[in-house]
Amino acid sequence: MATKNPLPKDTQNSAGLIAGNDDLVKYYRQMLLIRRFEERVGQLYGMGLIGGFLHLYVGQEAVVVGVENAITRQDPMITSYRCHGHMLARGEKIERVLSELAGKILGSSKGKGGSMHMFSPENGFYGGHGIVGAQVPIGTGIALSLKYRSLSNICFTFLGDGAANQGQVYESYNMAALWNLPIVYVIENNQYGMGTSTARATAQTEFFRHGEGLGIPGIKCDGMNVLAVRDSALEAASFVRAGNGPMIVEMNTYRYRGHSISDPAKYRPKEEVKEVREKRDPITQLEQVISEKGILKMENLKEIDQKIRSDVQNAAESAQQAEQPSPSELYTDVYAARASTDD
Amino acid sequence: MTDISVRQALNEAMAEEMRRDDDVFLMGEEVGEYDGAYKVTQGLLSEFGPRRVIDTPITEAGFAGVGVGAAFMGLKPIVEFMTFNFALQAMDHLVNSAAKTRYMSGGRVTCPIVFRGPNGSAARVAAQHSQDFSSWFAQVPGLKVVAPYSASDAKGLLKAAIRDPDPVIFLENELLYGKTFELEEENTDPEAIGVAKVLHPGSDASIISFSRGVEWSLEAANTLDQSGTSCEVIDLRSLRPLDMKTIIKSVKKTNRLLVVDEGWPSMSIAAEIAFQVQNEAFDYLDAPIMRVTSKDVPLPYAANLEGMAIPSVDKIISAIESMQ
Repeated sequence: MATKNPLPKDTQNSAGLIAGNDDLVKYYRQMLLIRRFEERVGQLYGMGLIGGFLHLYVGQEAVVVGVENAITRQDPMITSYRCHGHMLARGEKIERVLSELAGKILGSSKGKGGSMHMFSPENGFYGGHGIVGAQVPIGTGIALSLKYRSLSNICFTFLGDGAANQGQVYESYNMAALWNLPIVYVIENNQYGMGTSTARATAQTEFFRHGEGLGIPGIKCDGMNVLAVRDSALEAASFVRAGNGPMIVEMNTYRYRGHSISDPAKYRPKEEVKEVREKRDPITQLEQVISEKGILKMENLKEIDQKIRSDVQNAAESAQQAEQPSPSELYTDVYAARASTDD
Repeated sequence: MTDISVRQALNEAMAEEMRRDDDVFLMGEEVGEYDGAYKVTQGLLSEFGPRRVIDTPITEAGFAGVGVGAAFMGLKPIVEFMTFNFALQAMDHLVNSAAKTRYMSGGRVTCPIVFRGPNGSAARVAAQHSQDFSSWFAQVPGLKVVAPYSASDAKGLLKAAIRDPDPVIFLENELLYGKTFELEEENTDPEAIGVAKVLHPGSDASIISFSRGVEWSLEAANTLDQSGTSCEVIDLRSLRPLDMKTIIKSVKKTNRLLVVDEGWPSMSIAAEIAFQVQNEAFDYLDAPIMRVTSKDVPLPYAANLEGMAIPSVDKIISAIESMQ
């Protein structure tokens, strides 16, 4: 059981791999897209364009971007309701994710799923699941299908620190270890399960150790450092792809916003959020590396930001203008071919 | 025509589908080396091996979710619950994961899975292991629910369920496993799910039932025949979709309706059928709709109380006589 904390500004990662300049800029773009998307979505919610529950990924961007860049789209991913970042990282169009949030026919689920239920199977993304922890056995079943079909791919199953306490997570760990399944459990430890800190919810707050009794190795990673995340995902993928069974990777991360849009986050001091934003922000850290290494100047980075803001704005406008699903959509997709039994 | 038990019919259905399609596999508690807690899966491990017949730990929530994940990827899992009493541990995956994902993904992710096992009262095992959950599952859009009585239907409808592109809850009955029937021509068309069958034509009253209730209903109808009351017994076979057409047609002919439903009376299959019949055939009814269900209590252990709590042939006969 190793704890890994690579130096944040070192582009030579612990596995000895050097991230190329193009890679660094790519990760920057991908993280910034998620950041700007989520910020805009928060505003649109306030304006009434988006309804229901809304769980933003702001602060955690390095986790999904780091993992995405360690694997291919043939390696499936699944997560909880905090899923917009995963949709974007996997390559679903901004317009379709935003339109889904707006409940429009252009949306990734024709507007029938909303914020918590998004899927992009063509890109290897299987949701977007609203019930805490439910995605964990489902991800384990996806891994079972990979092994059943003798594929060399791995399922990356994301869960939060809150979900990690669920009984079905232990059940999944057990089956994955017992059957030697190709799965990496990525625990996004953002320190709070809704309003309850990990110390108040979990007897063993080192989540990467939760598989110890079953012989599942775990590593801990700085989830605010996209290169550290990428390396941990590579290490886990390499271990699992070699046929060693499951692995747990705990990402030490942080969400800047409340659990959901309606949560003012009174359970934690404002200074705590401020300190993480100032010292550990994944985007600022990478911005500094790119700028200090002379890969891009600050003005170029600003241009990237402007372009992303404009893409998100365009997607928001498309979503606003898009039609709501037609009334006939009420009864489609309940069953295949044959319509619902409803009259 | 050969005689075949319900147990053997279910076993053949799985074996034939597994031979036909490598994507079909079986998982559950004791389905492999033990040969099935009720021997329904006997011999499957030796024929298909441990890749396709998977013994699971006793963790229903976990393995139900594993089945759902495999189905999302296009495999066709048959997940056996040793009994549906234990499916309560897995209810979230049946209702929230399996039933709703096609809808919530706008048709992009589907879940072709069968959850099967015995449902309904067994013999003298008391309240936690003896109960009928038909109406629980039949209420959920996105699920199909099948509850066969005969061996032919057990075989044909299980094959149809395995081929069905949507999640199917397949409710068997432990006390029917050993019953033998003549094997009729099979129907493995998935569209067969949702079609009821008239088993005993009649003219004075319609008795609608499913699963073990059909056994009691047929016996009651045969007895009533001798006293000059002609009952039409209909086996629903499938509870969702529910074949209201066949029910309405029969009620329009007999003008009297009794529903025999082993579930508890409140919010039951019987209650739903009564609503739909009064809605669609009110003017054809010559008597109030009646039902014989289990009593509104947890099932007791004591033999006399257990007998009082569940439907019986005598209760059906009394109900029909009270309607004439």
